[in-house]
Amino acid sequence: MTALDDRPSAPVTGEVGRARLRKEDRRLITGRTRYTDNITLPGMVHLSMVRSPYAHARIASVDTAAAAAAPGVLAVLTGADLAEAHGSLPCAWPITPDQKAPHHSAVAVDRVAFAGEIVAVIAARSPRDARDASELVDVDYEELPVVLDLETAAAGEPYAHPDLGTNASATWVFDSAEAGTGSDVEDAIAQARQDGGVVIERTFRQQRVIPAFMEPRSTVVDPTGEQVVMWSATQVPHILRLMLALTCGVSESKLRVIAPDVGGGFGGKLQVTPEEVITLLVAQRLGKPVKYTETRSESLVAGHHGRDQVQRLTLAARGDGTVTGLRVDLLADMGAYLGLVTPGVPILGAFMYNAIYKFPAYRFTCTNVFTNKTWTDAYRGAGRPEATFAIERLMDELAAELGVDPIEVRERNWIKHDEFPFSTVAGLEYDSGNYEAATAKAKELFGYDELRAEQQRRRESGDQVQLGIGVSTFTEMCGLAPSRVLGALSYGAGGWEYAGIRMLPTGKVEVITGVSPHGQGHETAWSQIVADKLGVAFEDVEVLHGDTSIAHRGLDTYGSRSLVVGGQAVLKAADKVIDRARQVAAHLLEADVGDLEFADGRFTVRGTESGMAIGEVALATFAAHNLPDGFEPSLDADATFDPVNFSFPHGTHLAAMEVDTETGATSIRKYVCVDDIGNVVNPLIVEGQVHGGLVQGIAQALFEEAVYDEQGTLVTGSFVDYLVPSAADLPRFVTDRTETPSLTNDLGVKGVGEAGTIASTPAIVNGVIDALRHLGVRDITMPCSPHRVWQAIQGLGIAEAAVAGTPSLEQYTAPENSSGSLPTGVNDGGSA
Amino acid sequence: MTRISVTVDGLAHSDDVEPRTLLVYYLREQLGKTGTVVGCDTTNCGACTVHLDGHSVKSCTVLAVQADGCEVTTIEGLAGDGELHPMQQAFHECHALQCGFCTPGMIMQSIDLLNENPNPTEREIREGLEGNLCRCTGYQNIVKAVQQAAGAPAEVSS
Repeated sequence: MTALDDRPSAPVTGEVGRARLRKEDRRLITGRTRYTDNITLPGMVHLSMVRSPYAHARIASVDTAAAAAAPGVLAVLTGADLAEAHGSLPCAWPITPDQKAPHHSAVAVDRVAFAGEIVAVIAARSPRDARDASELVDVDYEELPVVLDLETAAAGEPYAHPDLGTNASATWVFDSAEAGTGSDVEDAIAQARQDGGVVIERTFRQQRVIPAFMEPRSTVVDPTGEQVVMWSATQVPHILRLMLALTCGVSESKLRVIAPDVGGGFGGKLQVTPEEVITLLVAQRLGKPVKYTETRSESLVAGHHGRDQVQRLTLAARGDGTVTGLRVDLLADMGAYLGLVTPGVPILGAFMYNAIYKFPAYRFTCTNVFTNKTWTDAYRGAGRPEATFAIERLMDELAAELGVDPIEVRERNWIKHDEFPFSTVAGLEYDSGNYEAATAKAKELFGYDELRAEQQRRRESGDQVQLGIGVSTFTEMCGLAPSRVLGALSYGAGGWEYAGIRMLPTGKVEVITGVSPHGQGHETAWSQIVADKLGVAFEDVEVLHGDTSIAHRGLDTYGSRSLVVGGQAVLKAADKVIDRARQVAAHLLEADVGDLEFADGRFTVRGTESGMAIGEVALATFAAHNLPDGFEPSLDADATFDPVNFSFPHGTHLAAMEVDTETGATSIRKYVCVDDIGNVVNPLIVEGQVHGGLVQGIAQALFEEAVYDEQGTLVTGSFVDYLVPSAADLPRFVTDRTETPSLTNDLGVKGVGEAGTIASTPAIVNGVIDALRHLGVRDITMPCSPHRVWQAIQGLGIAEAAVAGTPSLEQYTAPENSSGSLPTGVNDGGSA
Repeated sequence: MTRISVTVDGLAHSDDVEPRTLLVYYLREQLGKTGTVVGCDTTNCGACTVHLDGHSVKSCTVLAVQADGCEVTTIEGLAGDGELHPMQQAFHECHALQCGFCTPGMIMQSIDLLNENPNPTEREIREGLEGNLCRCTGYQNIVKAVQQAAGAPAEVSS
C-alpha cells in the first residue's frame, strides 16, 4: 500500500510537483512591499506603550499630566480609561471545565503580572512624539512577590495572581486504560521492574523560547469609513475579526481585518494581542486612523513565548528492548495569562509522545501553571516538538541502557509499513507511513556506518574533539484539524477551511482561500493546483487571501494546515466549477452531459472532435445568451472542507555533532534529513520550509533561551542577547524525501511547515550527548551552549538540570560567529 | 532641524531633519522609501541595510545627517528599466526568501559582500552575512543565491 518513490524518477507532466519559482517574489525582492508598518493614512495618529518594568506589582497611581501636555500628544489613556471598553482578551481553548484564568485587560488596571505589561498608552501626531511622551508618564508601583520558576510555582505560594489562590490553571489527563486504547501504564512499569526489564526515568526541561519573526508586530486601524478597517501583522485575520467582535463591542459586520504582507509568524502571530485591541479602541475613540508598531525589544518582551515545560518521563521496556509503557507528567508554564490557545499547546503534544512506536500502555498528565512571565502560546510545532524531543531522547537512553544502536532499538518498536492504518495508544489513526524507507535512505545519505566507525576511532584515541551521532525518527500530527476532534478537546472553533473559485469572462481564474500566508508561498502552490485541475495556465490564476472582505470565510494559517485542509478545499471548489461548466458545455455542444470528457482544460464530446475550452465556457456563461433552462449564469463555486483525520508526516533526521571536550564548543559536522510529507506540490517551497524549520529546532537545541533574572526581568530582551542564529552558525543541510501519500486528502499531501522544527531538536541534542556519553554525560539542559556542555563534561550537567528554571546570563555565552557579536551597525566595508 | 542633501536611488533630495533622525526613518517616513524595513532596535538583524556611497550600512545605526552629501542606494533602486539586479534574480531563482522581510537588507549586504570579495567561499559568504538575520530560510538558499550571483558575469556594483 505504501510506496517508496524517489523524487527524480517520476517525470512531472503537470504543474503539481514542479519546482515553480514563486509568484510572490517580485514585490518582495524589489522593495514594493505592503507590510503593515508601511501603511500611512491621512491624519494618522501614532501610539506608544508604557510598559511595566516590574513582573508583579500593584499600580498605586498613574500620573499622565506631564505626558498629556507634551508636544504632539493627543491622548494618554490608562487601564481605567479603557477597562469598560472591552472584555478579557480571549482564550479560545479552555481545556477543562474548571480551568482557572485571570481577567486579562489590554491595559492593566490595578495590577501588573509580568514585566512588559502595558500600563498606559500615548497617542500622538508622530511616533517620536508618542515615544518621548511615554517617558513622562509617572507610574507608582508597589511591588508584589514574584513567582518565576515553574516547579516553585506548581508547589504553591507566592501566586502569580493572588486572587486565584493557586498557580495551577488546569490539569488534563489522558490514560490509555481509561480511554480503551491500551492497557494500564502503572502495571507496565511494575511488570518491567519485577521481570528485570528496563525502566528509564528522566526529567527534561523544555526551555522558554521566543518565536522572533523578523517583522515586528504592527497594527493600523482606520475608523473613518462605514466599516472599521484593521490591517495587522497577523497569521489569523479571520479569527482576529471574530474575537474582536466578541470582546470589543464592535459588530462583526462592521469590522474588516486585513493581513497584508506579513513578515513571518511561526505561531507568534497566532494571537489576539493587547496592542491590536488598544489600536482599535483608540482609533474608535479619536475617530482617526491609528498605527502602532512595536520595537524589537517590545516584541521580545511582550509577544508571546513558546515551549517552557518540565517533562517527567518514565519508559518501561522488556529486556529485549520492546517498549511496554510510557508515562508522561508535564508542568507547562502559561506565563501570566492565557492567550488565544495557550492552555491547549501542551495538550497537542499529548497525542505524540508515543510517536512512531507501538507502546501498549500510555498515560499523559499535564498541569498548566501560572508564573509572572510573558505568556506562552503557539510556537512552530506547538506541543509536538516537546513531545518528540522527549520520546526521541528516551529512545536513545533506552538504546544506551541496552547497549544497542539507537536505530536498532527504534526499529524494534516502530510501526512497520505494512501495519498501516494503525490505531495508536493515544487514540489516533495513522493512515500511512514508511519509517523503514526514510531511515534506510537517511542512513545511506549520512554514511551512518562510516561515521560510527570514525566515532569509535576518536573515542579510542581520546581525541579532544569527539563525534556523536544524533538520531530522530519523528512523526507529527498536523493539518489542524477535524472539527469533531477539536470539539472533543473543548477548543472554541472548528478546523475546516474555505475556498472559492471565480471564473472570469476572459478565462482568467481567481482563487479565494481562507488560509492566510505569511511567507509560505501559497499563491504559487495554489496556482499550481488550480492550473492542473482546471487546465488553465499557471500565470492565469490569481490567489486572493488575507482580507475578510475578499476571503470572507476562513480559519487561517497555523498547525501545518494550509495545504492539507485549505488545498483540499480548493480542489473541491474546482470540482464544483467543472461540474457547472460541464452542464453549460453540454448544452452548447448539444451533447449529453454524460458524454462529455474533461481533460487539459477542455470539454470534448466522447468519440468526436467537438469540444470547447473551459475559458470559452466561462465567456458564454458570462454572456448568458444561451444557457440551459434555469441555469444561474455563473460557474463560480465555494467549498468548505472539514478533514476527517490529521496528516502524519514523518522522517528520519541524523546529526553528526562534533564536541570539543576542552571548551564545550559544539558544531554540526553533517545533518541529513529524509522527510516523508507525502506528495509534493512544489519541491522548491518544501525544501525551503524544511531548511527554515530545521534551523528553528537547532536554535532551540543550541542557541536560544528566554532568560529572566530573579526579579522577573527578561534579560534576553533584545537581539543582542537573544541568539537567533546567523548563516555563520549553521551548516549546509542534506535534505531528501520519501513519498508515501497521505490517504486523508485527495492531493495525498501532508503538512511540512513544522516538520523540521519538530525533528531537529532531539537529533542535535542526542548527537551532543552521544559524543560525550562515554565520559558519563547523560543529559544536558538546552540550549547546549559551550558553557553547559563543558559543565556536563565536568560532571556538573545533572546538577545544573535541577536549577534550569533559574538560568543566569553567565550561562549565555555567545558562540563564536554568532549574530550577537557584531560590535556596530556598520558592516565590514561600511563607510559611515 | 538640520538641512541635509542626499541622493537616494538616483534622485536628489534636500530636507530638514531632526538631528536625532536615523537614516532608516528619514528614508521610510520622509521619502516614503518603505522598501527598507526595520527589524530590530539594536543593529543586529540587518533588515534595514542600504548602501551609503557604495558600501553597506545598517541604516538604523546611521543618522540621517551623516548621509548629508552622500549617495544612498536602497532595495528600490537596484532594478533598472524593469531588469532585476543579478542578486535579486538569484534570490528569486534560488528561493532565497519566504516572508521577504529580511530580503531587502540581505540582498544589499550580499551585493556588498561580492563587491568586496567577488569569489567568496561558502564560509566567507556565511560570515559575510552574519550581521543579517533570517528566520524563514535557514540561510541555505540565501548562500546558494550569493554563490549563483558570484558565478554570473554581470556587474555587481550598485
